[in-house]
Amino acid sequence: MKAETPKSTGSGFGEAIMVPVRLAMGLVDAPLRWVQRKFGLGGMAAFFLLPNMLIFGIFVLLPFFINFAYSMTGGTALFLDDRTFVGTDQYTRLFDCSNYLDPNSCTEDTFWTAVGNTAWFVVLQVTLMILFSLVTALILNRELTARSFWRAVFFFPVLLSPVVVGLIWKWILQRQGLLNFGLYGFGFQPYTWLNDRNWAFAATVGVSIWAHMGFYTLILLAGLQAIPKDLYEAAEMDGTRPARAFWRITLPLLMPNLLVVIVLVLIRAVQIFDEVYVLTGGGPGTSTLYLTQYIYETGFATQLRNPGLAAAASILMGGVLIVLTLIQLGLGRSSEKKGSRK
Amino acid sequence: MGHIKLTNVTKSFGAVDVLHDINLEIKDGEFVVFVGPSGCGKSTLLRTIAGLEKPTGGELAIDGKVVNTVPAADRGLAMVFQSYALYPHMSVRQNLAFGLENTRMPKDEIAARIAEAARMLEIEPYLDRRPGQLSGGQRQRVAIGRAIVRRPVAFLLDEPLSNLDAELRGSTRAELAALHARLSATMIYVTHDQVEAMTLADRIVVLRAGRIEQVGTPLELYNRPANRFVAGFIGSPHMNFLEGTVEAVPSQKAIATLAGGHRLELPIGADIETGSRITLGVRPQHIALGAGDNSIPAKVRLVEALGSETVLHADVAGQKVLVVAPGQYDLSPGADIDLSLSAAPIHLFNERGLRLERAV
Amino acid sequence: MSRIAAFIFRRKGGNGWHWTDIVTWIWLVGGLLIMFGPAVWLVGSSFKSPAALAEFPPTLLPYVTQKVTVEGYDKPLYLYDATLPDGSKAVLAEVRRIGIISQMVDPEKPREIIKVNIAQRTPVRTMAFATTNYTEPFIHFDFVRYLWNSVFVTVTATLITLVVNSMAAFALSKYEFRGRAVAMLLILATLMVPLSVIMVPLYSIVSALGLFNNLWGVILPTVATPTGVFILRQYMLTIPDELIDAARMDKASEWQIYWRIVLPLTAPALAVLAIFSVVWRWNDFLWPLIVLSRKELYTLQVGLSIYSGELNVQWHFILAMTVVTMIPVVLVFIFLQRFITTGIAGTGLK
Repeated sequence: MKAETPKSTGSGFGEAIMVPVRLAMGLVDAPLRWVQRKFGLGGMAAFFLLPNMLIFGIFVLLPFFINFAYSMTGGTALFLDDRTFVGTDQYTRLFDCSNYLDPNSCTEDTFWTAVGNTAWFVVLQVTLMILFSLVTALILNRELTARSFWRAVFFFPVLLSPVVVGLIWKWILQRQGLLNFGLYGFGFQPYTWLNDRNWAFAATVGVSIWAHMGFYTLILLAGLQAIPKDLYEAAEMDGTRPARAFWRITLPLLMPNLLVVIVLVLIRAVQIFDEVYVLTGGGPGTSTLYLTQYIYETGFATQLRNPGLAAAASILMGGVLIVLTLIQLGLGRSSEKKGSRK
Repeated sequence: MGHIKLTNVTKSFGAVDVLHDINLEIKDGEFVVFVGPSGCGKSTLLRTIAGLEKPTGGELAIDGKVVNTVPAADRGLAMVFQSYALYPHMSVRQNLAFGLENTRMPKDEIAARIAEAARMLEIEPYLDRRPGQLSGGQRQRVAIGRAIVRRPVAFLLDEPLSNLDAELRGSTRAELAALHARLSATMIYVTHDQVEAMTLADRIVVLRAGRIEQVGTPLELYNRPANRFVAGFIGSPHMNFLEGTVEAVPSQKAIATLAGGHRLELPIGADIETGSRITLGVRPQHIALGAGDNSIPAKVRLVEALGSETVLHADVAGQKVLVVAPGQYDLSPGADIDLSLSAAPIHLFNERGLRLERAV
Repeated sequence: MSRIAAFIFRRKGGNGWHWTDIVTWIWLVGGLLIMFGPAVWLVGSSFKSPAALAEFPPTLLPYVTQKVTVEGYDKPLYLYDATLPDGSKAVLAEVRRIGIISQMVDPEKPREIIKVNIAQRTPVRTMAFATTNYTEPFIHFDFVRYLWNSVFVTVTATLITLVVNSMAAFALSKYEFRGRAVAMLLILATLMVPLSVIMVPLYSIVSALGLFNNLWGVILPTVATPTGVFILRQYMLTIPDELIDAARMDKASEWQIYWRIVLPLTAPALAVLAIFSVVWRWNDFLWPLIVLSRKELYTLQVGLSIYSGELNVQWHFILAMTVVTMIPVVLVFIFLQRFITTGIAGTGLK
């Protein structure tokens, strides 16, 4: 938490840290006064914006554009000038399938396996994630003793790193793990869950929900708490049954938040990587190989790496994400407008 | 020190012209008030003088030096803001010191100036508090103190009393006047409240829609408003205006017919043609009740008995007239009365709203 | 006790249990077990010896089998509660095991070998915390290095994030200039370009800059976060412009206005961003995994994942190191949870 201390004032420690910071800021001031005199306020605005724009330009904008160039080249070389132009070969290769529903009929079968897995993952994970976080938010919105404690309970895993999440569950799902221990009590024999294609897939869905559910619960809960209580009181006076109140009041008023959450979950689900990589490593076989891991392994990890192919695949994924993000921004804007109208 | 001259100053934000061709000279030590309705450009004019806005055209000079391109900080001016703009994270003392530290003034000099200002403004007990712990009036003093310690060539005050309650506003106004007398520094004061303008100003600058309508001492403005706008703006309650037509122009006077057909004889010095439309302006305090030479019949609409005086809302052939008469009257709405203008200084304005001089 | 129960279970109406109340409590208690249970299990397991970790069924608490030094034997022997063939019970030490027969001795009478069926003996165990799980990795692995790398990346990236983003937010909230809308749009567009989409070209750029296998290659691409700019800008917009004018009249330079007026007043938003940034950078995985290929440069997350992916997973070390990796985040959770939850609810950003 060192980052915070320069802002704290009053405490002796804070003051001590402030001395060199003040000195540094003072030293910066003299040349900047010169800049200000020379270039005026507009120049200072540019100066303040410059570091961010520079980093942003080099590490986001530039890669974004040369990604297209990469996807048009072949070979294993890293730098663009060492690579040979191949036109749309990489895309052709990705799309070379006799039957799109059967990955084995494709030249780049792992890509289509990853696409299929990711599609299934997204459908299942998003549905269950929304369901669980909505139910949890509704329950936390009831009149509860120690609500902030319960909210914290569901929020806890959100802060854990994906690697820690992956390792925790890998440990629980292994042969001598907690799950088998629990089932053993009911007379089941130990089972290596992560070696089973279907169970491993289910585990990635479940674990990613476990890890991120609290975050969406929080957003939905904030939306629920923004619904004026007098609406429910009015409904009660009208003799509205609670179930009807949910469908006719809660859900419509929560809809803007819910839509934003759905798109957010979608965006994250499409990119799933970290916790799955640690939990199953994409296995067994390719049963939990998702798109990001495919791109990562195609681009870096394997001996026969093919950065051009990885770039082409990432551009396809990027297209999906951009559409989703635009929808999210549009939804955010329209819900803001609704908010201001209130 | 503190002589400010504006020559043909204009200011526009994009396509919107906020100030048109402002010419104004402010003498050293003068207390000048910019007054006008909201949106008239008075704050923009002040901020242009301060250097917070750049004039689009014209020339701005302080003590004979053109300062158009001089940044705000280097003009030697100090400003008191409407919201006071005290730095909320600094103590009162740090607030006062901040501007001085930026000029690399020695520490003991800073301390001395703060002590002096604090004594003058009676804010010594609060020096180590934060602005958030002060009342509105105390904050206002700190804001003035921050300007004083700078020893500026001129003080710029942007509606400094508008955030105070009525009572405090009255007393602070008096203190400001005293402060000006004591510091004898140039002060430029912006307000929309004409009472503040009348009580504080050496000279008032009345602005409307980015133009100067009239510059003059408070009494000049009150007694000889240059046009209908100034006449209506200065004085409380507002001046009554009655529309009429010139019937005949015998020497040194005019016979005018008001709406409703009533005729009045008006002394007038300027040339005026028969048949032209004019506006009569009479202040509510100058109308007497009762028939007389120049009297007009009216109907009472509303009576506000304030004890020491009575405010009558009357109707003269469809035109509203306000009368403030000293004393108490037993009148009820609907009563017919006569309003006498014989003793009243009547202001006459031509069709374009400009003042028509009376015969002396 | 019943008072506490009454307090905890008090409900709106107070009259009788509705089925929704039951669902609520099942959900909450279930949630408590599922959300905290795995982490608690991890912490418990991390104190177990390798032998105890391999056991099934596992014990809830860490136990080790007691050992005893017996005269005539070089190594300490394990102690067992054994039922002797004649039905009597004794505490014996195991010398060796042949098939289902265990050869045992009474520690008091080391000469005499007693043969016991292995079904007739249970180990004598005591609770013991295998703290070597924690101390060993600091000595034998590069764990201290990983820890240092992670701390360095987190602290540096957070500091730079705060400075760079607050500067940009200041420019975007307090200046009128041509191209401001474009700049805002560009920053907004960053939201659409996640790392997973640009990792191939980003990798080449970072390499071209000589930042491959360099912690700065991990730090720099992350510091210009759009989220940070938005949080700070939103907050700075609430600072009255008159304050800035006042500072200008007070002869403050623009840089002084930024750092002596605006930054201190933005402290609450900076604190939120600092907390977020610490958690983000501490947890970062994919990008460090790509940029760092030399062992001594791994961050904790990368190091942990690499070790856990090895053929011979040394779970006792992995578990302990996972716990250590969790600690800063758990501290943030305990002390700053309210900050974060209100931050998320307010901005809708993670």
